[in-house]
Amino acid sequence: MTNWTTMNWTLAIPEIVLSCFAMAILVFGALWKRESFRMCSMMAVGALLVTAMLVVSNSSGIGYRGLFTNDSFSGFIKLLVLVSSALGIIVSLDYAEHENLRRFEFPVLIMLCTVGMMIMASASNLMTLYLGLELQSLAIYVLAAFARDQLRSSEAGLKYFVLGALASGLLLYGISLIYGFSGSMAFDRLATALSDPTKASPGLIVGIVFVIAGLAFKISAVPFHMWTPDVYEGAPTPVTSFMGTAPKVAAMALLVRAMATPFGHLLPQWQQLIVLVSIASMLLGSLAAIGQTNIKRLMAYSSIGHMGYTLIGLAAGTAVGIRGVLIYLVTYVFMNAGTFACIIAMRRRGRMLEKVSDLSGLAKTDPGLAAALMIFMFSMAGIPPFTGFWGKYFIFTAAVQSGLWTLAVIGVLTSVIGAYYYLRIIKVMYFDEAHEAFDPRPGSLTFVGGVSAIFTTVFFLFPAPLVGAAEAAARVLFG
Amino acid sequence: MNAAGFPILSLVTWLPLLGCAIIMFVRGDEEVVASNARWTALWTSLVVLAISVVLWARFDRAEAGFQFIENSVWLPQWGIAYKMGVDGISVLFVLLATLLTPICILASWETIRMRVREYMIAFLVLETMMVGMFSAMDFVVFYMFFEGVLIPMYLIIGIWGGPRRVYAAFKFFLYTLAGSVLMLLALLAMWYVAGTTDIPTLMHTQFAPAMQTWMFLAFFASFAVKVPMWPVHTWLPDAHVEAPTAGSVILAGVLLKMGAYGFLRFSVPMLPIASAHFAPYIFGLSVVAVIYTSLVALAQTDMKKLIAYSSVAHMGVVTIGIFTINAQGVSGALFQMLSHGIVSAALFLCVGVVYDRVHTREIARYGGLADRMPVYALTFLLFTMASIGLPGTAGFVGEFLVLIGAYEVNFWLALLGSLGMILGAAYMLYLYSRVVFGRITRDDLKHILDLSPRELAIFAPLVVVTLWMGIYPSSFTSFWDASVRAMVEHQQAAMASATRLAEVLR
Repeated sequence: MTNWTTMNWTLAIPEIVLSCFAMAILVFGALWKRESFRMCSMMAVGALLVTAMLVVSNSSGIGYRGLFTNDSFSGFIKLLVLVSSALGIIVSLDYAEHENLRRFEFPVLIMLCTVGMMIMASASNLMTLYLGLELQSLAIYVLAAFARDQLRSSEAGLKYFVLGALASGLLLYGISLIYGFSGSMAFDRLATALSDPTKASPGLIVGIVFVIAGLAFKISAVPFHMWTPDVYEGAPTPVTSFMGTAPKVAAMALLVRAMATPFGHLLPQWQQLIVLVSIASMLLGSLAAIGQTNIKRLMAYSSIGHMGYTLIGLAAGTAVGIRGVLIYLVTYVFMNAGTFACIIAMRRRGRMLEKVSDLSGLAKTDPGLAAALMIFMFSMAGIPPFTGFWGKYFIFTAAVQSGLWTLAVIGVLTSVIGAYYYLRIIKVMYFDEAHEAFDPRPGSLTFVGGVSAIFTTVFFLFPAPLVGAAEAAARVLFG
Repeated sequence: MNAAGFPILSLVTWLPLLGCAIIMFVRGDEEVVASNARWTALWTSLVVLAISVVLWARFDRAEAGFQFIENSVWLPQWGIAYKMGVDGISVLFVLLATLLTPICILASWETIRMRVREYMIAFLVLETMMVGMFSAMDFVVFYMFFEGVLIPMYLIIGIWGGPRRVYAAFKFFLYTLAGSVLMLLALLAMWYVAGTTDIPTLMHTQFAPAMQTWMFLAFFASFAVKVPMWPVHTWLPDAHVEAPTAGSVILAGVLLKMGAYGFLRFSVPMLPIASAHFAPYIFGLSVVAVIYTSLVALAQTDMKKLIAYSSVAHMGVVTIGIFTINAQGVSGALFQMLSHGIVSAALFLCVGVVYDRVHTREIARYGGLADRMPVYALTFLLFTMASIGLPGTAGFVGEFLVLIGAYEVNFWLALLGSLGMILGAAYMLYLYSRVVFGRITRDDLKHILDLSPRELAIFAPLVVVTLWMGIYPSSFTSFWDASVRAMVEHQQAAMASATRLAEVLR
């Protein structure tokens, strides 16, 4: 509150720098006469790294008259978003070459999307929140339809756009209700105004419900998940990979900050809603994925389930819970990026494959790829020592501490059901007869898959730094 | 530092992974890789066995607490540490695991021809998980190893198993996972109350009786599946029948002990009131297991399935022993666990020997093997007798002690429990007579070969241990006498204070 009136514009330097890089690369790509996709992608990855360094060295504080907050929570999320965006660009390199998507706009769109997500992480006002979210969403609408000659991709883009616009409308309506009933859009003023939960008017609660609905759409939590399988399947695979990681992280961070900071005192009001959404997501994520034969659709349902687990941490409504959310998101990003790197490597005689059965006998034809995918699948199933187990461990710690026993028991049991379809993929790769080998996989995919697999496997040796960082980030939200 | 002078438990736990790394980097054509993988795995497991013998030699048998303790920082702010140590209850299981692994690798020497490299890696990883689980002194570390075991075992059953291997592998994995995730919740609840997951601290933490009930049920879900107790035993026959011989050996020899070990390590000392409360129910389930699965075993036509059911019956005796919570019962349960680990492993190897030659496990396909395979017949006879519980073999001591312990609790419990021994004699002798005696009728049995030197090398240590345990049991019981006494006293003290509290409240 001390520097409420000051601009403190330097706080947003990483965002500003990344936007400038994006514009510069856009201009470069437009003016460069020759093939520029690969070069632009490399520059984009460089820009993301530079931004990451700026994020690390940036100071915390409140800027832009309270619209923008830098703290260890936003720093944590921004770094995670930047890393997953960089991984997203790297996995697209080879895919774009083969599928004729070599257009320099691709990395630029991802960068702009990243700027939006970074603003989301720092939003401390409902208006900043909305602007960041829209910047991110607009970029993804275009990305989903990026393979514009393909019917599936166009359909995915359109579907995502229509439903996304609806969700944005819900969110905006919720924001207007909150503003109308409380008289402010700034998080800290809302928190002060709502410090006595009994004074919260029903209209405000309705507004919160709309905000949750809008954000639940973005993280594809049940019952706002309908778009996920179709869009995941239709969008070009690197876009799916990107959509499954960074935007989910940012939207989840937004939801966490919005619920914990301005509406923290209304925990009893929104807790039951989050609990319900969480249970529904976990159940659907584990049951609906069983029948899937397309691996991208399967991953869509898997991500719905994962978001359900993450929401357990939010439902706990404590710093321990938020710590669990953050750790879960980190493990999720690497598992997901790695899995999609493996999926993009599924190519036979130049044709992309998407069926689970195409993985048949992979352990014989490409042991490295099979081992990596096996690690990700065991990790997603939550089997120690892989990271997926640790994510679940810290999430369930919070649930147990807050006494959310029903949620915890349903959570662990759905994780057993979910284990079935992850095991099925391992079964196809390791137990079934081999098909013809995949095409040789490019270095970029090996890099992303390898880095993710190593992180997923050896995290258990040195968990303390990440857990400590997540703890520090979570504490900020609870003063 | 500890009695060994070096971090022996970590070394024994993680050394197999070094072998894995070496195997992974072997290059060359398939034959070279296979042969290198075999030898590397064998030598690694032998070195591990040699190091673990130090545990036997340096273990202080008068000490009830943990020994060879290692403690490293892991997640200090949250009371979680990488802590290893063994006490009288766990030390011999570490040795059991390190003894059976090289035997398994030798047993798979010729039978596994496909993907040898992956097979050997799976077994070495399995060894790491087993040893780590028995030497963990922190609940989170324990849980990591306890669940980690599923990964290599799932692959071993699924890749190198029989025709219905996929079904068996899934059933094995999902059954055990469903149990252990509930244990995870109990673990977290314990951590929440005590603020640490250090096992010795948790043993001396008093949990509220109502909480104990829920925690006990959660532990029970996990360990009962693993033991396995009736009625959640159905995964075991499937897993055994489909697994390759060495997989069955490890499954019966070590993995089944994990459930019983869990009861001894967590349920009984940490939740004394709930353990006493639930003991009658456990006795009920165990007696059903002993009698019912023995009868089922009698009707089997598949050798492996018969031995699998006999394992359920024998483990039923173990759970009776554990929950008598007196020195004889628990001591007998531990002895029975060890002897079953050796004897059932040996019986599966016996089945493996003839399966490798004739490629069937159907009992009716055999008969008259005594003519052609006298050494095999003798070995098989020894282990059959040990399984029945003939005095002088390993099987007798454990069952006898458990029955004494059970008699102290209840006459009928002892009586019904001892029915298992009678039925055990029936199905094992019936099996033996059908396979080994009679006349050879099948052509392919007429030229069957007796045990090869490699197979003799596999059976020799098991024969020695079986007789040693039967003839001089106190060299084993002396390991855990102090620990078991401390555990029983701790339980009685907890019960006494609970009774006093109840009287005060009244």
